Amino acid sequence: MKNDVDLSKLMGQCGEWLRGSGPESDIVISSRIRLARNLADFPFIRRCTEQDRANIERTLVEKLESVSELRDALYLNVARLKSVDRQFLVERQLISREHADAQGARSVAIDAHEEFSVMVNEEDHLRIQLMKSGLDLEAAWDQINRIDDIIESQVTYAFHEQLGYLTACPTNVGTGMRVSVMLHLPALVITRQIDKVFRSLQKISLAVRGLYGEGSQAMGDFYQISNQVTLGRTEANLIQQVKEMVPLLIAYERRAREFLMRESPKDLHDRVSRAYGILCTAQTISSEETMHLLSSVRMGVNLGLIENLEIFTLNQLFIQTQPAHLQKIRGAELDTADRNIERATYLQQHLRKGNYGENPKSN
Amino acid sequence: MKCQHCEKPATFHITELTGGHPQELHLCEEHARQYLTQADGGEEPGGVSLASALTQHMKVGQTAEELARLDQRACPVCGITFYEFRSQGRLGCPHDYYFFAEELEPLLVTIHSETAHVGKRPRRAPTGSETRMELIRLRRAMKEAVEKEQYERASELRDEIRQLEDSHRHDAGAAAEVVEEGEGSPKKKNKRSGRKP
Ligand SMILES: [Zn+2]
Ligand SMILES: [Zn+2]
Repeated sequence: MKNDVDLSKLMGQCGEWLRGSGPESDIVISSRIRLARNLADFPFIRRCTEQDRANIERTLVEKLESVSELRDALYLNVARLKSVDRQFLVERQLISREHADAQGARSVAIDAHEEFSVMVNEEDHLRIQLMKSGLDLEAAWDQINRIDDIIESQVTYAFHEQLGYLTACPTNVGTGMRVSVMLHLPALVITRQIDKVFRSLQKISLAVRGLYGEGSQAMGDFYQISNQVTLGRTEANLIQQVKEMVPLLIAYERRAREFLMRESPKDLHDRVSRAYGILCTAQTISSEETMHLLSSVRMGVNLGLIENLEIFTLNQLFIQTQPAHLQKIRGAELDTADRNIERATYLQQHLRKGNYGENPKSN
Repeated sequence: MKCQHCEKPATFHITELTGGHPQELHLCEEHARQYLTQADGGEEPGGVSLASALTQHMKVGQTAEELARLDQRACPVCGITFYEFRSQGRLGCPHDYYFFAEELEPLLVTIHSETAHVGKRPRRAPTGSETRMELIRLRRAMKEAVEKEQYERASELRDEIRQLEDSHRHDAGAAAEVVEEGEGSPKKKNKRSGRKP
């Protein structure tokens, strides 16, 4: 395993899913599919000895490296990464918080476009995830299904005739699949309709959670909807269930935006302009406030209230103003107070001068 | 153990996994029910709260004695007891789905409303399941032998493990077979009456 590669390769680029170019990408940020898989000849992670974990990691990384799709991937030994680097990967959504905070042998393989990552020794032996910009679940499924097939040709998965793929937690058994779509819903938040919308989603067994925030609290008005059930339905069926809710949510959000534009255009414009003003001029600013204000600005750009600012730039700023990213960009450890100053400086540089960052390279 | 909120014995041991950090709760039946109804709102991201499913499942007509007996059953492969599963919310090995089949079925119904997988299947037959389970069991036995300082026993076990791993590797090379009905079940004794889709 190419070990302890510094993360500068990732620093210079941005995940494909942040491009902000997929279908409906003003509201749908990204689509993601995750598969949970386990090897048949080892206990599940919680029951593993250190020796078991090391064996699983060695076996799997060896097999993954033989997969052509993963030959150019970046392999990181998560257990040996510094805490700021683990945090950096969490902020980019390449590993889970649990994977970052866990103990013992564990790693991650990340493809060059940051479209898919494979976590080894998370809650299950393998957690394969694939992200796409905008609403693009079918493409995500085609790709992840193929990667799963290839990995499966190398190892023997724990599989039960009746119950399907076996997972450490019974909430994932069957397909082992979690389909999710991340949405930006600021107008539903402003008009206080978000709770109502989510209660109705929960009734049809879809889960909703805020992104970046603690628990169900959403930072930057980003929400993720996903399937709760994993057993007794086909993968196509699970995708369909999530997918068919998305146009509804988009319609609700658009209606709320139109309502605000119609009923209180000055208030809305004021909110957006102030947010932009603060982001451009603040001398010290917290992560929470940044997310909150960037959310308003992002909606403002989509509504044509702010010009000469690209959605891609904003998508990037959401990630790059987070604590670990700031420290990596600065190349130094910073405490909260210093981070808040660094964040304000960074925002000024990227918003004020019309320096909107590089455009994403198309592949 | 006493309930965290009163003097009654704690019969429900819940690990709440919603907040990021697992939180242990020990409650009597009454307080468990109360906890459940108030915990209903905040679901685990991307799933029915396992804790609430577990508690619901335990309520279905089990006396404290039955529960205590059930709690002590341990998987012969990985050694996890049902109590450990119940309190940690995570199973110990693939064999648990066979060994605790009866206990898990109502839980799966609560979570998924279904008990039969209809999605993707591996292309290769999961051959040699007996061997795989044996491997998990032997590795555990070896660790225990080392802990008890029975080094002779441990080295015997290690040889056995190596032998199995080798034979198994050779199997795997030639294992591109078609899935056969019934293959892959170490013990095919689970009878289910779950709803079929
Ligand atoms: Zn009590
Ligand atoms: Zn077991």
